Amino acid sequence: MVSTPSVVSVVSAEKCIGCYSCMFACARRLGLVSTTKSAIQIRTHGGIERGGFAVIVCHGCLSEAVPSCVKACKRGALEKRIGGGAIFHENKCNGCHECVEACIIRAIVWDEERNRPIICAHCGLCAKYCPHDVLVLRKPEMELI
Amino acid sequence: MMLNRVLYIDLTKRKSETVEKPELFERYLGGDGVAIKLLTEECPKNVDPSSPENPVIFAIGPLTAIFPCCSKVVSMFKSPLTGNLGESHAGGRLGLAMKLANYGAIVIKGQANSPVYLAIHDDQVSIKDAGVLWGMRSTYSVGRILREVEPGVGRRSIIRIGPAGENQVHFANVNVDVYRHFGRLGLGAVFGSKKLKALVISGSKSFKIENPAAYQKIYDTIYTGVTKTDLMKKYHDLGTIENILPLNALRALPTKNLKQRSFEYAEELSGEHLAEDYLVRKMACPACPVGCIHIANLRVAFAAGYEYESLNVPYDYEPFYALGSMLGLSSADDVLRLIERVDRFGLDAISVGVTLAWATEALERGLIFEKETLGVTLRWGNVDGYMKAVSHLVSMPNEFYQTLACGVEAAAQKYGGEEIAMALAGNEIAGYHCGPATILGQLVGARHSHIDNAGYSIDQKSLRTKMTSNQIVSALIDEERWRCLLTTLVICLFARGTFKENIVKEALDSVGVSREVEELKELGKEIHYEKYKFKFREGFNFRQLRLPKRLFETPTPHGVLDEQKMLEALRLYVEKSSLAKLPNYNSGNPQ
Repeated sequence: MVSTPSVVSVVSAEKCIGCYSCMFACARRLGLVSTTKSAIQIRTHGGIERGGFAVIVCHGCLSEAVPSCVKACKRGALEKRIGGGAIFHENKCNGCHECVEACIIRAIVWDEERNRPIICAHCGLCAKYCPHDVLVLRKPEMELI
Repeated sequence: MMLNRVLYIDLTKRKSETVEKPELFERYLGGDGVAIKLLTEECPKNVDPSSPENPVIFAIGPLTAIFPCCSKVVSMFKSPLTGNLGESHAGGRLGLAMKLANYGAIVIKGQANSPVYLAIHDDQVSIKDAGVLWGMRSTYSVGRILREVEPGVGRRSIIRIGPAGENQVHFANVNVDVYRHFGRLGLGAVFGSKKLKALVISGSKSFKIENPAAYQKIYDTIYTGVTKTDLMKKYHDLGTIENILPLNALRALPTKNLKQRSFEYAEELSGEHLAEDYLVRKMACPACPVGCIHIANLRVAFAAGYEYESLNVPYDYEPFYALGSMLGLSSADDVLRLIERVDRFGLDAISVGVTLAWATEALERGLIFEKETLGVTLRWGNVDGYMKAVSHLVSMPNEFYQTLACGVEAAAQKYGGEEIAMALAGNEIAGYHCGPATILGQLVGARHSHIDNAGYSIDQKSLRTKMTSNQIVSALIDEERWRCLLTTLVICLFARGTFKENIVKEALDSVGVSREVEELKELGKEIHYEKYKFKFREGFNFRQLRLPKRLFETPTPHGVLDEQKMLEALRLYVEKSSLAKLPNYNSGNPQ
């Protein structure tokens, strides 16, 4: 039996120190030093003196039969990924932004240069480079702590 | 991926232009190297630090945002405090934002005719009205407001001055993203003289890595070095404040203006106590997984009826020395309250603490009276007095506070007590009374800062194996030259244990900057000379250096130091470093 592919999960954003190692790791997949081309984004809650960081990344829409972005894409460029999230077929995308709007947690980053969405591949590099175990790569059936 | 572009901004003409300077970056790489060349070029000789001609330079390095612990920015300017080289480094997001906006350096010249702030978003540079922000009492509010009106969430950096900078207190700092600072030597006052309240910058560019395989390999070596080994444990666990107890045990913790060398309340101010009872968050500069920024939460009652305010205060060793043991404050609550005020107003913590410590003793000795302090009781441990004095330092309601705002050197010249005015070469001393290398290091360091050459660390090593003057001098020279190289690449000095020579070379190689280790060391040496050329040009003279007598009265772990021996060591330093061969070596006015 083939096991279900893993998904990236934010297990405790409270532990985030804002080092951006995850964002840089994600951009490195493309051979880039960048924060804008990363599928994962770190934000502060209204300024750092107010408190901690928000970790924004595709959650996979695990409770849904079909993820919101996949439902929103009229051209079939996004396909439901087994395990969670979506697989991006770039050749079918026309840059309409519907997926960005559909994802209300704002986990789809837009690549302005290429006019295409950046879809998380759930490869787990971000989790590998998180120094504080904020992120994990897990099987969807695993229970969260 | 070599840095290339310099952004020039002229506040008088309200114009900006970007100039490509490939030769400059090819030759000097970035950071310290590029900044000192730009400063020498842009700052006219003998200019008043508060005049429009004094430029402000910011520079990043070839590794910025590319490797862990490469997040800092070098600033250079002519210092209002010492009258020669002004140099201060800060963490926060500024380095990342400059990198992603593709500026290797920024040069700000001129003076606006009314308060302004700079908004730089990639290639778009605007000089905007800051009338409403001028006069605001808190550096925090300025940040909050600019966050709402400027774009770039998550990618931007907001640097700003407080009222201390506006009023040109000579040791006003520039606040970077709330919890970091260009602390030392008065960059905030230079901002104030330019009527420049703040600078917001964001970038959205991406950079292709030349050699991804080599990059990933050396990235992992560095990432592992800083996260999985003990090399940086100190900085992450307790933070720099870890130093309080060991230095106290060594009897090298300056206390009550160095009348004492250990503090009876050291436990109360210790990193251990802070971590257990106050620490609520650790944070990091972008691209650095270490997270050395320690935030304490303090609940302060401000009225009867259970009225509390909640303050988040960043803490480190130096503020706890300067605003803690140096002023005899015996509770962590008091020190945190004072740090918060100093931060809010935009002042350098070390200079404030040392200056107020002198004032406290001057009052004790009858050099000044409550007429001067405006009724403020400056007494060891009296936090309320120090809170008021900090406000007066910023608003300068009389001649005494006006003088105090020029630093402890100026205050002692006017009111006496030079033997107890704890500055070296015009810069208030850092929190180490470890021995001869500590003092010599701050005398000769290009910034007169303890981190120029880490004399305090040499003294601690020399306790184990006694070093001769000759060895100490050589160690100081070698350390400062190598640090000049590290800060040219703008690697955080906390990570110096990981960034050994071969690692530095490999990291540079992977981003297409190929240099032999020997070439890099030679460059560090050259940059050290360049800084001294600027200092000599602006009148710095080794023969003018004043040694406060107190340093030779209070014993160190190496015993009571001898002033004559210190002067001999200074002569030896000048000889061995060949600094005497530089132009204008004797042009200052020897006293």
